[in-house]
Amino acid sequence: MVLDAKIPSGPLERKWDKGRFEMKLVNPANKRKFHVIVVGSGLAGASAAATLAELGYSVSCFCFQDSPRRAHSIAAQGGINAAKNYPNDGDSVYRLFYDTIKGGDFRSREANVYRLAQLSVNIIDQCVAKGVPFAREYSGYLANRSFGGAQVSRTFYARGQTGQQLLLGAYQALERQIGLGTVKMFPRTEMLDVVTVDGHAKGIVVRDLVTGEISSHSGDAVILATGGYSNVFYLSTNARGCNVTASWRAYKKGAAFANPCYTQIHPTCIPVTGEHQSKLTLMSESLRNDGRVWVPKKKGDTRLPKSIPEDERDYYLERKYPSFGNLAPRDIASRAAKEVCDEGRGVGPGGLGVFLDFADAIKRLSVEVIRERYSNLFDMYQTITGENAYETPMRIYPALHYTMGGLWVDYHLMSSVPGLFVLGEANFSDHGANRLGASALMQGLADGYFVIPYTIGNYFASSKVPRPSTSHPEFKKTEENIRALTNKFLSIKGKRTVTFFHRELGKLMWENCGMARSKQSLELALKRIPELRREFWEDVRVTGSGQELNQTLEHAGRVADFMEFAELLCMDAMMRDESCGGHFRVEHQTPDGEAQRDDEHFAFVGAWEYGGPDKAPILHKEPLVYEEVKMSQRSYK
Amino acid sequence: MTYEAKEVSPDMSFLEMLDVVNEGLLEKGEEPVAFDSDCREGICGMCSLVINGIPHGGHRGTATCQLHMRHFRDGQTITIEPWRARSFPVIKDLVVNRSAFDRIIQAGGFTSASTGGTPDANSILVSKENGDKAMDAAACIACGACVAVCKNASAMLFVSAKVSHLALLPQGQVEREQRVLSMVRQMDKEGFGNCTVTGSCEAVCPKEISLDFIALMNREYFKALLKK
Repeated sequence: MVLDAKIPSGPLERKWDKGRFEMKLVNPANKRKFHVIVVGSGLAGASAAATLAELGYSVSCFCFQDSPRRAHSIAAQGGINAAKNYPNDGDSVYRLFYDTIKGGDFRSREANVYRLAQLSVNIIDQCVAKGVPFAREYSGYLANRSFGGAQVSRTFYARGQTGQQLLLGAYQALERQIGLGTVKMFPRTEMLDVVTVDGHAKGIVVRDLVTGEISSHSGDAVILATGGYSNVFYLSTNARGCNVTASWRAYKKGAAFANPCYTQIHPTCIPVTGEHQSKLTLMSESLRNDGRVWVPKKKGDTRLPKSIPEDERDYYLERKYPSFGNLAPRDIASRAAKEVCDEGRGVGPGGLGVFLDFADAIKRLSVEVIRERYSNLFDMYQTITGENAYETPMRIYPALHYTMGGLWVDYHLMSSVPGLFVLGEANFSDHGANRLGASALMQGLADGYFVIPYTIGNYFASSKVPRPSTSHPEFKKTEENIRALTNKFLSIKGKRTVTFFHRELGKLMWENCGMARSKQSLELALKRIPELRREFWEDVRVTGSGQELNQTLEHAGRVADFMEFAELLCMDAMMRDESCGGHFRVEHQTPDGEAQRDDEHFAFVGAWEYGGPDKAPILHKEPLVYEEVKMSQRSYK
Repeated sequence: MTYEAKEVSPDMSFLEMLDVVNEGLLEKGEEPVAFDSDCREGICGMCSLVINGIPHGGHRGTATCQLHMRHFRDGQTITIEPWRARSFPVIKDLVVNRSAFDRIIQAGGFTSASTGGTPDANSILVSKENGDKAMDAAACIACGACVAVCKNASAMLFVSAKVSHLALLPQGQVEREQRVLSMVRQMDKEGFGNCTVTGSCEAVCPKEISLDFIALMNREYFKALLKK
């Protein structure tokens, strides 16, 4: 496998222009002859499906939810970045580019990130035209706010529901095309494999989640916009249905998987309350502006927070990081919370939580001011925990919420399988080892609205592989494999539930490959994962049949893939013997506990090629060449 | 069917309680109860359930996924039903088909702005008041509780939320009249009932969408009819 990123030559700011000019075009009258399959209907998938249909391509779009509007992009809260420089505060395309590269701890591709920054300004125009109700100033102009990792105000937002409003904009554009008959939508349909013919991706095999029917769909190209894999940790802020299946099965068909160990943990989530916990809820990080983080000094102190006197409290972030205090970067705040909980000083059920206390802020500013700033978050906290955070400190704990790794793609967003494109969180391309806040929405929409419409045309115009019929033997073979897999699940009839195994895997990953990773913990995980996988295949119980709505069967398929993928994630974490961004190897840290990169040995994208069943994957390295930016120690002091 | 939910903690969400019931059934080799859910943080609109006769369980501004067991008594019998409406046919157990909502959006719930060629975002001014109001309407998550609670199974709150969102913004003006006529026509075609303004929809809406938007849509509709 040769990884050619296909980055256009020439100066950084001209690359996208030049690349677009060099791309071949498809004649408008010919576009309808090309059929595109889009898997996923989040920001990237819905915007791609709608835009390609507007251009004249024939499109099929698939999602596992009951409507494309429910994809998990909908849950993004904070906002979307764009280098509009409306506030006149010094922003520029170059500054957004630089902040994103630096935020990614110098592990992303310069050319991709620069293009992302360039396109960011078009996204806002597009979304406004679609009727997205962004926040406004009294003047009627768009409002901006600042966000982590940036010193300018470049974040556009729609209350705390920016993801929802952007997704509904793309969803409405998609529904318009469905109404016009240019997109055929397949909701409650799960992609179970990619079909390649003569080395090119030419279709998919899916399961209708209502009837259980397995069917084939052929196309001239396949686009995966299937999101991230945080749920390999079982508990995360992702929706229940989020999974790695589409990406993983594409990987097994030859698509390289890049940087799987780059995962991001968010410090301010509502803690776990017990074994029953099914997901974690994130609260905006803005809370740390006014809340003070602490735990009792004494281990196992179960007194009410109010009755713990000041001198028996440990404001550990203020103590350890006096200059940044409670606003220490996400990864540092997360790891510090884990440390104090590991010492037995955590609070709340199971001791997995720390206090976020607003008592001082209320004293300083009044309860009204705090209510004005955070009432929606305090309300949400009360709904979930039943506690009133105006009177007693909140309890928070870090949780997985985004994955920067994903299928490897070139500058055209094409994977190592020709004709297979990967957009949004599912690809690895723009965030390096750490994603900045308000950048996920930007990337999903840039990929779908403004990159794929150009690059897919180039593929059609230059590749001459015809679209096969679904009676092609490859489709039949793939369908048979899927049926065999379904029968295998149903025939095990073991004693343990799918959720049991998913939870076990999640615990193993969180403990050994979560916020802090070491050679030792990774060795343990790499030993334990294959054992757990074996137990899964011997002892899992899936009831019902394959010919009906069967949520247990759906979950079993996804967990089976997580069981395999988890091993690759840990291997990647083991291979990357440095710390960078969200990947923290305890062996490599600066004296003040920050990630210590090793640019000499690890300034590359680690892309894994499937080696075959029971064979080790093959690592390919795409060197990261920085022409514009100088790699430096990331510091926010 | 009556199932026993054991070891329910007050901190569980309603859906987590159902997860526990289902785990118990699976362990006994029985089929679990199918229900929809996804984000479990009240925004995707996938979860449903009529709980003791009230869609989403009757806690103001709360979807089923954010309803917690502390609101119930130990030993209480809870009745759970799927959304009840002819336009939302039951697929299995508690899972219903809400694709009628998607078809209503297809009929006109958009601005026909294709990608590319749009003006600079700040060239379209929106008063803060209208922007905020549009956002109030746009907050709808299309869960369908408004239909499920309505004695007429009317979809007026859902449709009016989208009509109002776009009618309140300058970007929605060009297609304003056509939009409301098409969406209402599709709504009727899907078999949703008429609105008799009982206000039950507003009361159960997890996003607290206001009944005022139904009044706004009625005005929009008659204006558009007269113009035609």
